[in-house]
Amino acid sequence: MSETTPAKDGPTVTQATLNKKAAPKSDYKPADVSPQRRVQRSFAVRLWSVRHSKLLEWFYAKFADTFLLLHPLWKGLGYNRVEGPIKFVEKRVKGFMFDCRMCGQCILSSTGMSCPMNCPKQLRNGPCGGVRANGNCEVEPDMPCVWVKAWEGSQNMVHGDRILTVQKPVDQSLRETSAWLRVTAQAAAAREAAATKTGASA
Amino acid sequence: MIGRQRDENPAGIHLPLDPLPGHTSRGRLERVLRRGEFAVTTELNPPDSADPEDVYNRAKIFDGWVDAINAVDASGANCHMSSVGICALLTRMGYAPIMQIACRDKNRIAIQGDVLGGAAMGVANMLCLTGDGVQAGDQPGAKPVFDLDCMSLLETCRIMRDNGKFLSGRKLTTPPQLFLGAAINPFAPPIDFRPHRLGKKIASGAQFVQSQYCFDVPMFRAYMQKVRDLGYTEQCFILCGVGPLASAKTAKWIRSNVPGIHIPDSVIKRLEGAQDQKKEGKQLCIDIINEVKETPGVSGVHVMAYRQEEYVAEIVDESGVLKGRQPWKREIRRDDQLVADRLDHILHDEITETQVDMVKTAH
Repeated sequence: MSETTPAKDGPTVTQATLNKKAAPKSDYKPADVSPQRRVQRSFAVRLWSVRHSKLLEWFYAKFADTFLLLHPLWKGLGYNRVEGPIKFVEKRVKGFMFDCRMCGQCILSSTGMSCPMNCPKQLRNGPCGGVRANGNCEVEPDMPCVWVKAWEGSQNMVHGDRILTVQKPVDQSLRETSAWLRVTAQAAAAREAAATKTGASA
Repeated sequence: MIGRQRDENPAGIHLPLDPLPGHTSRGRLERVLRRGEFAVTTELNPPDSADPEDVYNRAKIFDGWVDAINAVDASGANCHMSSVGICALLTRMGYAPIMQIACRDKNRIAIQGDVLGGAAMGVANMLCLTGDGVQAGDQPGAKPVFDLDCMSLLETCRIMRDNGKFLSGRKLTTPPQLFLGAAINPFAPPIDFRPHRLGKKIASGAQFVQSQYCFDVPMFRAYMQKVRDLGYTEQCFILCGVGPLASAKTAKWIRSNVPGIHIPDSVIKRLEGAQDQKKEGKQLCIDIINEVKETPGVSGVHVMAYRQEEYVAEIVDESGVLKGRQPWKREIRRDDQLVADRLDHILHDEITETQVDMVKTAH
């Protein structure tokens, strides 16, 4: 499936290297990583989160329940009005913990607490075929594959088998919105629907 | 031999075949696989030109040796003729192309349009891929799209085919009839997740899968064992990817530069020890085919011989995977022959026909 043109001069000449060599010379040499990586720090915290996926899973379950309990408060204040501050906090907390990209449709609990949006191909359904033998990314040779980590993380989790569910494509129109509030509002709506259903049948 | 072959529409080779019960496409590959025959597919090296003859000439090499031809979608992120274009040309000539769709270059709007366009041209098989990253190719400054991933792409195609709807829910007047494929790589980490990933692909709609180059048969067998235990071999046709290595040097280069291709040391040693490395590479490929064809659950092989396309026929022949069967081959049909004979007579014979003479010969 991959195209391979054996190079004559040495074993490490890739097409990317040739392209770089052909580029005009300049004193300013930015780091040789993808643009997506340039906005990220080191991934030590992200890897810590994956190692402690079980703890985070437990914590998130409690956290989601608390948020749902506060549903009357969010509704009273207006979801639209609280979105600004909640998003501010969510972006920073998840940004620190998981290098969150604010896709607005968080699936961390299905991916072993490893954010799939950090994959250079933004795969949400598992690793591509290009994972290196050492478990690193094909695009970023120094970065551990997001999905190798996701598989490791999911092995520790109670609901680790959620990694096997097929995820829908990302809805790009939800980017930079709060996933916490969306999940809470949906859970509240589901709870109300269930309540009216049992109320009607009783 | 002049006459109609199996799996050919009598009204014209470029037309889809009659629908069969239980088949989702009207293509040749699905028929071959569902009949339980060992299928052979290959990859067409896409030309860097606008000349249709280049495609025809490259496809002709495989005539009578393969059941379907993959039309790659800018593999390795290098620019070539598009897979849609190659498929349009191949279907005209009666070939059974497998249209590869990579998520790297097109968003969901373009992809769904291409699926309809491809199906309208008679493409029966579509292979849903994520695609290599743009950094691997000749234009690393391109914007990587990756709007869908291979899994959601499979699901999109399945929804279009089975529900007759776009992803948005808007109805199609005629849904595409497709045989959906995907790629697997049993040789890349996380190894124990790979069989489950195949399960996810089957759940998303994959009906056949082609694997990455297999050079490590024990590793492939272990993968197949796991896949059989999970019961996936009954839900999906698995084609093992194989190919000849040109030399030990090429093998080493591929190993260190092409992510996802796993070549064990024993293979390199065997190539290095050979007198004629190219010949040994071909023999190695045949040996691997002979080993994997015996593995339960393997329904065929996908021969990838990039820039060694001339060896595909020899590899298929010498490995004997077809068991005497001849895949569809472009042949002159009886009516074509008739027209050709008549035209030849008009073009080359120095005669001036008058109506009087013609009436005489007609009686």
